[in-house]
Amino acid sequence: MALLLKNAHVVDPSVELDGIVDVLIENDRIVNVGEGLSAEGAEVVDLTGKYLVPGLVDMHVHLREPGFETKGDIESETAAAAKGGFTGVCSMPNTDPVTDNGVVIEYIKSVAAAKGHCRVYPSGAMTRGLKGEIISEMGDMVAHGCVAFTDDGRGIQGAGMMRRAMDYGKMFDKVFMSHCQDEDLVGDGQINEGAVSTRLGLLGWPAEGEELQIARDIMIAELTGAKLHIQHISTARGLDMVRAAKAKGLPVTCEATPHHLFLTEDAIDGTYDTCLKVNPPLRTAADAEALIEGVLDGSVDAIVTDHAPHADWEKSREFELAPFGMIGLETSLALINTNLVKTGKMGYGRMVELMSSKPREILGLEPVSIAAGSLADITVFDADAAWTVSEDEFASHAKNSGFKGAELLGRATDVFVGGKRTLADGVVC
Amino acid sequence: MGTSSPKAVIMDEISISRAMTRIAHEILERNEGCENLAIVGIVTRGDLLAKQLVDEIREIEGVDVPLGSLDISFYRDDFATHISPEVHATDIPFNVDGKRIVLVDDILYTGRTIRCALDAIMDLGRPSRIELAVLVDRGHRELPISPDFVGKNVPSSRDESVRLFCKEVDGRTSVEISDVEPGSHVGSAPLGGE
Amino acid sequence: MFNNHKHLIDISEYSDSELMTILQTAKAFSEVNERVIKKVPTLKGKTIVNMFNEPSTRTRSSFELAEKRLSADTLNFGGSSTSTVKGESLIDTVMTLDAYKIDCIVVRDKHAGAPHIVSQASPAVVIDAGDGKHGHPTQALLDLYSIWERKQSFEGLKVGVVGDIGHSRVCGSLIPALKIMGAEVTVVAPGTLLPPRPDVLGADHVAYCLDDVLPELDVVYMLRIQRERLEGAPFPSLREYHQLFGLTKKRERLMKPDAIVCHPGPINRGVEFDSYMPDHPERSVILDQVYAGICVRMAALYLLLGGADNGLAS
Repeated sequence: MALLLKNAHVVDPSVELDGIVDVLIENDRIVNVGEGLSAEGAEVVDLTGKYLVPGLVDMHVHLREPGFETKGDIESETAAAAKGGFTGVCSMPNTDPVTDNGVVIEYIKSVAAAKGHCRVYPSGAMTRGLKGEIISEMGDMVAHGCVAFTDDGRGIQGAGMMRRAMDYGKMFDKVFMSHCQDEDLVGDGQINEGAVSTRLGLLGWPAEGEELQIARDIMIAELTGAKLHIQHISTARGLDMVRAAKAKGLPVTCEATPHHLFLTEDAIDGTYDTCLKVNPPLRTAADAEALIEGVLDGSVDAIVTDHAPHADWEKSREFELAPFGMIGLETSLALINTNLVKTGKMGYGRMVELMSSKPREILGLEPVSIAAGSLADITVFDADAAWTVSEDEFASHAKNSGFKGAELLGRATDVFVGGKRTLADGVVC
Repeated sequence: MGTSSPKAVIMDEISISRAMTRIAHEILERNEGCENLAIVGIVTRGDLLAKQLVDEIREIEGVDVPLGSLDISFYRDDFATHISPEVHATDIPFNVDGKRIVLVDDILYTGRTIRCALDAIMDLGRPSRIELAVLVDRGHRELPISPDFVGKNVPSSRDESVRLFCKEVDGRTSVEISDVEPGSHVGSAPLGGE
Repeated sequence: MFNNHKHLIDISEYSDSELMTILQTAKAFSEVNERVIKKVPTLKGKTIVNMFNEPSTRTRSSFELAEKRLSADTLNFGGSSTSTVKGESLIDTVMTLDAYKIDCIVVRDKHAGAPHIVSQASPAVVIDAGDGKHGHPTQALLDLYSIWERKQSFEGLKVGVVGDIGHSRVCGSLIPALKIMGAEVTVVAPGTLLPPRPDVLGADHVAYCLDDVLPELDVVYMLRIQRERLEGAPFPSLREYHQLFGLTKKRERLMKPDAIVCHPGPINRGVEFDSYMPDHPERSVILDQVYAGICVRMAALYLLLGGADNGLAS
């Protein structure tokens, strides 16, 4: 069946599109893009006043299934993805059982196919059980559809282990995504080490605990020739090291989250709001500023959310006992739009690179563009929709957003995944 | 404090002084001298009157009667709704056991302050007798308490405030009556005047 | 309700005059504590829960005595049988306590911020009796009281705080409180025992050498070395710590003639001190601090539980 998307403002730098054109979809592909299109029998959707871009992909998401369904599951969190305007997410392997073999990869794929509201690209653990001791069955996982390897949530402590995993796994041509955290230095660190940690009597999580491993992993990438992607980068110096690696021509990329761009440690006060407890921690205003600079100059390759749902009772605890992480799928697009596009710092073309084309490229996915022949993964949003972040409106099973109460501009209205509508006028379908 | 300007001065410095002199004589007469006698003033302002009484007794008898001051903040029955912003340490530098104590306060009204003061003194020991001297009795008792020595009886309405001002802390010595806004706290004037 | 303060959690929210009011009120309670009958009826009918989620016999005893001398009904809740140990969350535990219809919760917890959680979960007045590495406001008050009794004024007073500043809940309240009162604070410790930003707490100077700063100090505040928390090995041995940071008879000659010595207790002879200093009749105020603890806790309870608008039906 055919679908004709009319009158949207299409932005896709990969095909140099930035204007009002119509898009015709047949089955799961785009078949025609042009002005004043018509197609007999096609369902026509009028998107006047809205932007249409290649489907957004969040390459760092915790779906929690299998194992932690009290926090969220594949159905609820992909619904949050759809509501946030995403056509696909890369799931993290810290499930129970850990996603470290083909069976769990298959489980995630099958639940996503049956109940999901977006595509799910599973990543697999680099080491068995995320223990940092033995290489996981990478070949088996790749055979079943694993798109990347990561020990996200903890990071590999031993440099030798990191090297073995990358040396072995590089034959599968997948990216190694690194969560950088030196456990000996970070210890039980709760928030960024500095003024706020001192004031609140919380153990510090020093920037160096992250930067040391960024430096190490860049060197190991150079040593092994494997592709490296630094996850949720949070410090100015860490970003400088990625910049230097790129300048050297190394296959190194990195991602940043909206919360590290738009929140700082100063938001944490005597109310000990556990929604602001994230890993790596919210850093200084200078770090956030440097990250934004990196987003604008291309040093940061992708915007991700590190969407980390937790049950309300887990977060309503003593700060030191609450788990790390905040949800982000439903606020990411609006935060970028409000803080970077609407302020004139960048255009929608750059946003498409950060949230759609570059994540696909890093994960080795089929590219999507608004052109005939491309997969019809499409995001449509109203750039001027004003709304207030409220926990009552989340499609996610969890409520742990650090942006509650924020007044934002821009909201996804319609999402198409392989030509199928997953979000219609803001309602998940 | 919710009071308007004074409606009338009921006692001036001279009449207050006369009243205190008379009370001193009455105390000595009633107690047949000053053996075992001790004077305890309730802060704030009762303690200033108590000091005046001790001075008068010295004039009359040539004896220094023990003097103490009592803060009743910790004994108030309206603690849940009102706390004293300033608490002064109770200072009773003598053993109260077996003493004939004259408790001194400025204005006697509901009697609740005196009830507190009696409890407070009892916590310090076992006096042989406690008597009450007040400069002004304005009526409206809520407890079965009656003074032994009174400077002046002043009929008043509950809508009025009757207050003693002392030179030492207020710059003038007088007892004044004024209207009070309904519901506002009626108690001693704050130190340092209004 | 004391001015606009419902709780005593963060001492830096109190002004110098408010802290002084607490000290003066404590002075009035000191008179009560000297009596034969050490009890006043002030808090008759009030119920106070001492919720000690980590053991602390001294602080709990001090609060309990303060409450009893104010005639409050007290309930000690805590120890190894607490429901938090059994897996119940702090919020659920507080809601359970609240169902008993209580007026005040005194909270001791090993986690920073726990008193704030309690204050959100209950309408009762909350007093922080030490939370994690964050704060211990009544300890700071008793320290202020002891110093005030001996020095009469805080303005320009030079106070040295020696030892484990970085892991000390005492410092989280004491140093800000000293700053509010106008004192000048020097922290003395090896780098491993310092917080990342001592200046944020209010420290004016950081020193590594005790001998260098000792001649300047009016008050030497020795912090307790927690033997039980030494796994991280912040210094090589107790012996070396004592050599570098112990306040010994030998070091006394560096001190001003009228300098005093404080310690939150319990003391470790041979670590923070030799056996000479804590027993020093003129310098040591360590036992005065213990006594002051009762007076300031009575004052804090009196000021916070009195007056209207304490969130409960009066």
